[in-house]
Amino acid sequence: MAQNTRTVPAGTPTNVTQKHNKGGIGESTLRPDGTLKVTGEFAYSSDMWHEDMLWGHTLRSTVAHAEIKSIDISEALAMPGVYSVLTYDDLPTEVKNYGLEIQDTPVLAHGKVRHHGEPVALVAADHPETARRAAAKIKIEYVELPLITDEASATAPDAILVHEGRDDHHIGHVPHPNIVHRQPIIRGNADEAAKRADVIVKGEYTFGMQDQAFLGPESGLAVPSEDGGVELYVATQWLHSDLRQIAPVLGLPEEKVRMTLSGVGGAFGGREDLSMQIHACLLALRTGKPVKIVYNRFESFFGHVHRHPAKLYYEHGATKDGKLTHMKCKIVLDGGAYASASPAVVGNASSLSVGPYVVEDVDIEAIALYSNNPPCGAMRGFGAVQACFAYEAQMDKLAAKLGIDPVEFRQMNAMEQGTLLPTGQPCDSPAPVAELLRRVKARPLPPEKQWLAAGEQADVRALPGGLSNTTHGEGVVRGVGYAVGIKNVGFSEGFDDYSTARVRMEVINGEPVATVHTAMAEVGQGGVTVHAQIARTELGVTQVTIHPADTQVGSAGSTSASRQTYVTGGAVKNACENVREKVLEIGRAKFGSYHPAWATAELLLEGGKVVTDAGEVLADLVDVLEGEAVDLELEWRHRPTEAFDLVTGQGNGHVQYSFAAHRAVVEVDTELGLVKVIELACAQDVGKALNPLSVVGQIQGGTTQGLGVAVMEEIIVDPKTAKVRNPSFTDYLIPTILDTPTIPVDVLELADDHAPYGLRGIGEAPTLSSTPAVLAAIRNATGLELNRTPVRPEHLTGT
Amino acid sequence: MRVNFTVNGRQQEADDVWEGESLLYVLRERMGLPGSKNACEQGECGSCTVRLDGVPVCSCLVAAGQVEGREVVTVEGLADYAKHRTDQHAGSGCASGACGTTLDSAKRWEAKPSDGRTGEQSELSPIQQAFIDAGAVQCGFCTPGLLVAADELLERNAEPSDADIREALSGNLCRCTGYEKILDAVRLAAARQEEAV
Repeated sequence: MAQNTRTVPAGTPTNVTQKHNKGGIGESTLRPDGTLKVTGEFAYSSDMWHEDMLWGHTLRSTVAHAEIKSIDISEALAMPGVYSVLTYDDLPTEVKNYGLEIQDTPVLAHGKVRHHGEPVALVAADHPETARRAAAKIKIEYVELPLITDEASATAPDAILVHEGRDDHHIGHVPHPNIVHRQPIIRGNADEAAKRADVIVKGEYTFGMQDQAFLGPESGLAVPSEDGGVELYVATQWLHSDLRQIAPVLGLPEEKVRMTLSGVGGAFGGREDLSMQIHACLLALRTGKPVKIVYNRFESFFGHVHRHPAKLYYEHGATKDGKLTHMKCKIVLDGGAYASASPAVVGNASSLSVGPYVVEDVDIEAIALYSNNPPCGAMRGFGAVQACFAYEAQMDKLAAKLGIDPVEFRQMNAMEQGTLLPTGQPCDSPAPVAELLRRVKARPLPPEKQWLAAGEQADVRALPGGLSNTTHGEGVVRGVGYAVGIKNVGFSEGFDDYSTARVRMEVINGEPVATVHTAMAEVGQGGVTVHAQIARTELGVTQVTIHPADTQVGSAGSTSASRQTYVTGGAVKNACENVREKVLEIGRAKFGSYHPAWATAELLLEGGKVVTDAGEVLADLVDVLEGEAVDLELEWRHRPTEAFDLVTGQGNGHVQYSFAAHRAVVEVDTELGLVKVIELACAQDVGKALNPLSVVGQIQGGTTQGLGVAVMEEIIVDPKTAKVRNPSFTDYLIPTILDTPTIPVDVLELADDHAPYGLRGIGEAPTLSSTPAVLAAIRNATGLELNRTPVRPEHLTGT
Repeated sequence: MRVNFTVNGRQQEADDVWEGESLLYVLRERMGLPGSKNACEQGECGSCTVRLDGVPVCSCLVAAGQVEGREVVTVEGLADYAKHRTDQHAGSGCASGACGTTLDSAKRWEAKPSDGRTGEQSELSPIQQAFIDAGAVQCGFCTPGLLVAADELLERNAEPSDADIREALSGNLCRCTGYEKILDAVRLAAARQEEAV
């Protein structure tokens, strides 16, 4: 097959300078990368191209748990156009595994495979189809092993161990080696408190395996460099975390692995773990040629971790006047074959398992299993999502049993500023839980039977099932449901959660210009917009250049846990403040003798000038900076957190909380078992909206992902084979524009005094409460119990 | 094989195309037009939507050989395509709904060369500008396909109802936005189009 004939050179998202943009914080400034994205010129990781490049392909296991008896690559290697075939034996150093916290994930399977789709071999060829065909010619002999697929099979006394000889730091406190991590939380005395309860409700809930389903597939380009190192252009959530895992496997010092963020087509947690990074580098170093790997959608479902499916066992009690007495729960998360972020997900699920409610006596346990199911790790909401689904169903059950309105019942028990969480940590910033519920409830309901709005004739497009399979409204009933949730912001449990920003200020073409350089992964959330807004606000300039994110600057931490605007935004603010001080020092030295205010007044930078707080202009920035540049790189940290006690679960483990409430209005065709969500209203406290347009976009997007898991999204793993049954967009359904209702958003801004500008991380909270609100509305419409998500037609029709 | 076709108004020739290659692959990897996106390559997500002789299609489902002698418009050519359409129909309005671009008229225009990847294109089509203004772009991976589909909708239906917009865009998945701002963008472009007439 022929070489490519394309002539456009590889690119990365270039320096994005937005001219004539006045937007500071609090304004709905438009994205600096918007024009590139609407013209098709924005370079995503799968768009990378290099002269003479090869295409890499991964061969993946066709079975879930098996010994590898032999691998024969000879036929593949002999194919014309194939440059290299690599297996475990070709790994260059003794470091053959990687992992976010526990290094248990093989770069290529050795000895055995532990899940369906595990990478076993790599091929580099001159055309992607050649690489795929060559991979298909690799012969592997498997001897299948018994499967671990659930808690019972994982913890059975004679259970085969998913990982023999574990030596990670969790092994000392877990009850079984097939449990990755366990976190109990004991506070008060739940058994004693239960005696005060007038009603007790118990529930068992099942949360299905959700996929991040970001649209931009895993992809990137590795280019070997002259010094024996490698340059990697890749879509990721955290460049420095990747680097820390990649370099040891390649046997290279970190400075010889130079990483640049290429355009990221969504992430939602699915790019926290490595996918093709090491594979592309290995092939590039072996062949001496640039290697591009692009997963197709099928492979993408095997190429990243998913949201942990969960079983949740809950017991709540309440007095007849509506006060919660106690809560007991056990949360079992299936982490699949490798640990990924499971330990941290366990910490979140346990510490947030009570929800945004006051419950003083609790007995909580959360565990994550090792199994032969697909590996699970980070996804938007991170352990809090599963818990919210269960505790909100419990709230509705209690309210119904007590004959109290479900929203009122929640408000009667709502936490507020000062409430102690089950970990003993006080919530020391606003917690407007009752108010958020009030707001979604106060919103007028959408009109009934909208499908009749056009007249007597039903518009079938507006009915559940749409044009394809609806009745004409005969069996359609409406339901309304509410939910509220609590999510932590930032990395917890004592993690050193810092970010780094480099800010430079200079005069270019007669104008003062600020350049912001961080390693923050812009995955679509709008961080680049906000960084420019912060720089404009702090430095009083119009022109801000956002430097491409790479490893030439210190770590920014991950674009996850709703933390980037807080932490990297905080780092940019901090760096700008320090740059401002330097600029003022220069100004004082140059012009201080001209006006006493240089020494006495509080000085600001505004509109390209140095001004006093009384508004008097002292100098133009151009004159101050002429011939000089100020350039600072500084790290910034939020307040420290601490680990949870491994026995009691006590500890100040989280730095900030985020709250959202939803009201769902649904119509259910009870004959066909079809659901149409009519409206999904959200109220959320964001502390301070740095960019209101982006804030609303994030809330609507998060809400839609919660809607998806409520009614359609699930990776189906065959319980007998542990194989994934639906790795395609044909069979794994995400909401379309027809499935998604209007999402009115009500934004509160109650400042958190501990955070930069008072802001609150926003990305994840809306994903929590959206799912239980939809479930509550479907229960309200149908009277069914519905203890699993997603709800499928057969659950509604009983067939 | 060799494939001759027109992309964004310019005659193109692709050599050594393997018979199994999709139009999407040829556009992205041979023509240097990566604007059409490779999100699923299964015809499910709409990210690779282009117009083939005016009709929106998933370019991942079109074999490269099928485009021999035909006209393709991608997101890269959308601004000029829209501009040409406006010039073509200046003052005539689109209320009849019969104002699509004919194949003949499509052949008479040619996309201007863009200056690489700087984003400094002279102007955007109304739907492109509306996506930016309405906040309908987040990660942006679905955006090119949505723009092509939405532009085609507005060409044949200048005043679409929300139900019309939802129907026209139901083949385009977006994972970031929740679609609300995409609806806003199409409404905005339609309103601006009406003002301009």
